[in-house]
Amino acid sequence: MIVSVNINGVDRSADVEPRLLLSDFIRHHVELTGTHVGCEHGVCGACTVLVDGRAVRSCLMFAVQADSCEVTTVEGLAGEGGEADLHPLQEAFREKHGLQCGFCTPGMLMTLVPFLEENPSPTEREVREAISGNLCRCTGYENIVRAVMHRVEQGLTGEARAHG
Amino acid sequence: MADSLIGQGIRRVEDPVLLTGRGLFVDDVHRPGMLHAHFLRSDFAHGIIGSIDASAARAHPGVVAVYTADDLGDYWAKGPLLVPPPPIEGLVFNEATAGPLARGKVRHVGEPLAMVIAESRYVAEDAAAHIVVDVEPLPAVVDIERSLDPEAPLIHEELGTNLAARVGQSKGDYAAAAGGAHLVVKRRFTYDRGVSGAMENRGIVADWDPVSEKLTVWDTTQAPIPIRNGLARLLGLMESQVRVVAPFIGGGFGPKIMMFYPEEVLVPWIAMKLGRPVKWIEDRQESFFSTTQERGQVHEAELAVDAEGRILGVRDVFIHDTGAYDPYGLTVPINAQCTLLGPYEVPSYESEFTVVFTNKTTVTPVRGAGRQHGVFVMERLLDFAAAELGIDRVEIRRRNYVPAGSFPFNHKVLFQDFADLVYDSGDYLPALDRAVEMIGYEDFVKGGQAAARAEGRHLGMGVVSYVEGTGIGPYEGARVTVEPSGIVRVATGVGTQGQGHFTTFAQLVGDVLGVGVDRIRVTTGDTGEFNWGTGTFASRGIVVAGNACWEAARMVRAKVLALASKRWGVAESELELVDGSVRVAGDPGRSMELGRLAVEANPLRGAVTPGMEPGLEATAYFGPASGATASGVHAMIVEVDPDTAMVEILKYVVVHDCGEVVNPVIVEGQIHGGVAHGIGNAFYEQLVYDDDGQLLNASFMDYLIPTATDVPSIETAHVVTPSPLNPLGVKGVGEAGSIPTGAAFAQAVQDALGSGAPDVCEIPLSPNRLWEIMEVAARSGARPGHAEGGAS
Amino acid sequence: MKPAPFEYVVARSVEETLAGLAEHADDVKVLAGGQSLIPAMNFRLAQPAVLVDVNGVDELDFVRVEGGELRIGAVTRQRTVERSEEVRRLAPLLHEAIPSIAHPQIRNRGTVGGSLVHADPSAELPSVMVALGARMRIRGPAGERWVAADDFFVGLLETAVGSDELLLEVAVPEAAAGAGHAFLELQRRHGDYAMAGVAAAVALDGSGRCAGARIALLSVGDGPVLAAGAAGVLTGETPSAELFAAAARAAAHDDIDPPGDIQASAPYRRHLVEVLVRRALTLAFQRADASGARA
Ligand SMILES: Cc1cc2nc3c(=O)[nH]c(=O)nc-3n(C[C@H](O)[C@H](O)[C@H](O)COP(=O)(O)OP(=O)(O)OC[C@H]3O[C@@H](n4cnc5c(N)ncnc54)[C@H](O)[C@@H]3O)c2cc1C
Ligand code: FES
Ligand code: FES
Repeated sequence: MIVSVNINGVDRSADVEPRLLLSDFIRHHVELTGTHVGCEHGVCGACTVLVDGRAVRSCLMFAVQADSCEVTTVEGLAGEGGEADLHPLQEAFREKHGLQCGFCTPGMLMTLVPFLEENPSPTEREVREAISGNLCRCTGYENIVRAVMHRVEQGLTGEARAHG
Repeated sequence: MADSLIGQGIRRVEDPVLLTGRGLFVDDVHRPGMLHAHFLRSDFAHGIIGSIDASAARAHPGVVAVYTADDLGDYWAKGPLLVPPPPIEGLVFNEATAGPLARGKVRHVGEPLAMVIAESRYVAEDAAAHIVVDVEPLPAVVDIERSLDPEAPLIHEELGTNLAARVGQSKGDYAAAAGGAHLVVKRRFTYDRGVSGAMENRGIVADWDPVSEKLTVWDTTQAPIPIRNGLARLLGLMESQVRVVAPFIGGGFGPKIMMFYPEEVLVPWIAMKLGRPVKWIEDRQESFFSTTQERGQVHEAELAVDAEGRILGVRDVFIHDTGAYDPYGLTVPINAQCTLLGPYEVPSYESEFTVVFTNKTTVTPVRGAGRQHGVFVMERLLDFAAAELGIDRVEIRRRNYVPAGSFPFNHKVLFQDFADLVYDSGDYLPALDRAVEMIGYEDFVKGGQAAARAEGRHLGMGVVSYVEGTGIGPYEGARVTVEPSGIVRVATGVGTQGQGHFTTFAQLVGDVLGVGVDRIRVTTGDTGEFNWGTGTFASRGIVVAGNACWEAARMVRAKVLALASKRWGVAESELELVDGSVRVAGDPGRSMELGRLAVEANPLRGAVTPGMEPGLEATAYFGPASGATASGVHAMIVEVDPDTAMVEILKYVVVHDCGEVVNPVIVEGQIHGGVAHGIGNAFYEQLVYDDDGQLLNASFMDYLIPTATDVPSIETAHVVTPSPLNPLGVKGVGEAGSIPTGAAFAQAVQDALGSGAPDVCEIPLSPNRLWEIMEVAARSGARPGHAEGGAS
Repeated sequence: MKPAPFEYVVARSVEETLAGLAEHADDVKVLAGGQSLIPAMNFRLAQPAVLVDVNGVDELDFVRVEGGELRIGAVTRQRTVERSEEVRRLAPLLHEAIPSIAHPQIRNRGTVGGSLVHADPSAELPSVMVALGARMRIRGPAGERWVAADDFFVGLLETAVGSDELLLEVAVPEAAAGAGHAFLELQRRHGDYAMAGVAAAVALDGSGRCAGARIALLSVGDGPVLAAGAAGVLTGETPSAELFAAAARAAAHDDIDPPGDIQASAPYRRHLVEVLVRRALTLAFQRADASGARA
């Protein structure tokens, strides 16, 4: 089946089997490997991407279901300058040491970006609940929460610069 | 001289690439023509393999090859014994390691039976379903206390027993101590199994280039150099023909250092055989069966004290579950045995452990590596002794600490590095005082707890101490090179799994050379970059490799000074290294960028006289004589809902001594992660096996890794006693957070349950288990949450 | 953990869906949000030969009020229901329960119909629908019918919806004056399936007595369990702590025969039900009182 998906503003199409998971399509067909896979059963949240602006588990969608959709992955968060032009939330993670191995980080960011758009001044409890579907084994979540609260205190929730 | 980089919480240099999704992890490696491996694994915990018929799988479209043990020919061999047992008198050790694919027998669920190589992982999984395996099931050995029963089936017939090891260590005369004691408390403790739960599963990609005759392997290993060496040996290649790259690793926590996993043995071999790159990525389900696990001990322990609560001696007899094989020797139980002694003076100690085989996944070190078991036993015994003597639980610890002036302190038992357990340094009281202050101990015991109880809230507090041997040898190395561009390259052999080595090593080198961390490129885990080393384990990265980096940088600095002093005809003492340049202090005219000096240090331009080494480069190695001793105190307040047995952690503080701190932000982060892991171990995570050896919760749905709503905010503070064993004075920190958490949690819950509640002597707890404990209390007439804390 | 191959059919309407189901009758499944079906396929526990994807069936994506009922299309995302003003106003019990389902990323895909037809005994929506006395509209080759929630859930992961049928919508009666509600559950971790839970809808009559109660329990049976015994204890009585305790006892000891699993043993579940029912009734009657039955 031909699937055409707009990923981070670029149209991508490929002939794929219907069973191909969206996560595998993004990672291995489009070779955008920032989206990570930690469980393939919907629990860890590492594979979270935005489909038409909403955070979803890309391991629980078939690529063919994303046909004609707009998908935003972690690669679509920073501005043109890439590493020199981080999204404010990425900056906050860096500032507050919100990542260690970095494996859960893309999923955390893609969960938090739409959350903060909807709720620009959450409490710490709300932040913890917002990421409770994203597992991290390294940080104990402490510095992730601090990063988000830091971002919130700055008062700029900043939407994804490129898309969604 | 600019401010020292050491001790600053500077932002990590590796973050931008990770934050933008551009960090390379093993599963991100794509090679042209790459094939995919999938392993068919045993559904049975124990059984005799009759036949394996792979013909239908071989004929499946898209399948390139299928291998069973029989198809491996001479390549089939048992894995090595990684850690031979230490020279302890009377020690018994029975070795059993696994082959790459099961032959004759299966000994745990998930043991690999066949490898399918196909054009895609999807197809490989389809084909595996067509392999017909005939296994005659045998009864499984699951309960570790029944493994040695005469009627228990033998897991390794050739050994004639399920005993893997028996080790006794003692000092002093415990029997006499107990005989003369005012009180002997005696309890039975259990600590069950868990997984490391790194978010990234294991994986390996192997690519053989027939033109250059070189093999490149990307591996989620914590020990790339030993893997390189081992693969060269197995495959009959020169070490220089094999390059092992451990790129970014999504968490390790111990099991990623296991050498060799079957997949690591097979995937490179098959890639060479087929002449095509091959990738294998473990999925989460198989990781529950095939990645090594930890825990599973039962202790019968007793503590003898005098009337003032001073420790006279400890006796501990325990069983340790090594699973189906024991490639890691005795590391985990010896850690438990030694770490039990903690920060305390224990005049007599009698400890014996028995290691047994079971039909479960093999056990190797996982974050803490058995230390938490020892700490749990000792801390709980002290709690019970304090309660019986009517001594405050903080006070009993205070009374027993090794005094500040007595370091190095020799416990006179043998540690996992085969040397006496000697604490190099420490000062325990200040940490305890600080923790007690931060958690609000006085207010809590003098009224806070009772006031909450009056409002119907059941609060409890836990305060525990621990000591952790870290940074053991043998050695690591590092090479520091100033490139003509002025960029400083640092190469070391350790792998890294998120501990921030890129940054801390850059800080150490930058500090010596006067170069900002943004001008330093650290490579770790690539055998193409550095040839010697052992790996990241036992919280040793910063201690061992960090000191090597620092030493190599100092050697480069000496070269810089020698060259510059010659060039300008000034004494070395007049020179300084600042902002990437060397200059004569107070003379802006005489300054040169290190990059330019590096160019001048090239013999073609005549600046190097015979006898000197060219370039601004140096390699150094560091191997500490013994381990540096980190220590600390954890304290927490919990609230137990007496109706539902749900527990919430309200406050958590850690006061930690990891010696000199290179980057406090990174250290703090390591502690947070460890605490979360420890909380998981204490209340959420438990591998549940049924009587047939089937794991009942092999998914993240059912095996509960704590989430952001389960882990409290964690406050940390440091006390610093520098380690005299290494020039930087550092100690390891990677495991510290998780070691005492279970003990602190149990004490706090016990305190919340109040007097009359049964003793909490097990980890992990769960709401269900806690409710059962509370039921016993209720039936015995005691009400949970009685304001006199049971453990205080 | 990759799914087995299947044939994929995209349906744009109820008609197309039913045609697809009929055509592949022997081994076909509706694919809605996929949040239960795809994990099962990734584990290869489910290997349907054909999937009919209903995500594009827009006619089943709605929340509207019609004839004194709140109607929710089967393909409506759980997240849409969570945010719906009508749901908050007219079915506060449903509004209260929805955030307990998994996590936002899952509710962004998961549908109301998928949760109801999947009928996990630990799922929130089935119990809520039973407590609210909802009814479900089902269409199949033999035509269309309405089934009351009490008859909809027939066994473990089994509903009245046949393999060639489609759930179209669920209709929830508007909460009446004097009604009170409460949803409570206990999860190991935030977002997990509950160890036990209760959805309670109660009503007071003009004299302040309990006019009726529907208490549905989750995670204690093959599907949602209606606690009829507990309701019997309450009806006609004046609310009091003692009454709630008696009803809770009836729920825990007469109405259920809970299973045990690795998270919660049968006795613990029973105990939790007693605690939760007591707490839920206390809250529900407080709210009923506040909503002004006596006025
Ligand atoms: C990590 C995780 C945690 C979760 N936690 C919870 C939780 O706490 N509580 C909870 O309730 N759920 C939970 N879920 C499940 C989630 O709510 C699902 O969305 C829901 O159970 C199924 O809805 P779906 O739309 O995704 O259906 P699908 O997965 O697409 O389908 C489920 C089943 O229903 C059938 N079906 C779907 N729609 C129809 C229809 N209209 N007519 C006929 N048949 C249909 C399908 O054929 C399939 O058999 C969790 C899921 C995950 C991955
Ligand atoms: S990989 Fe998708 S949730 Fe874990
Ligand atoms: S940073 Fe490693 S899993 Fe989160």
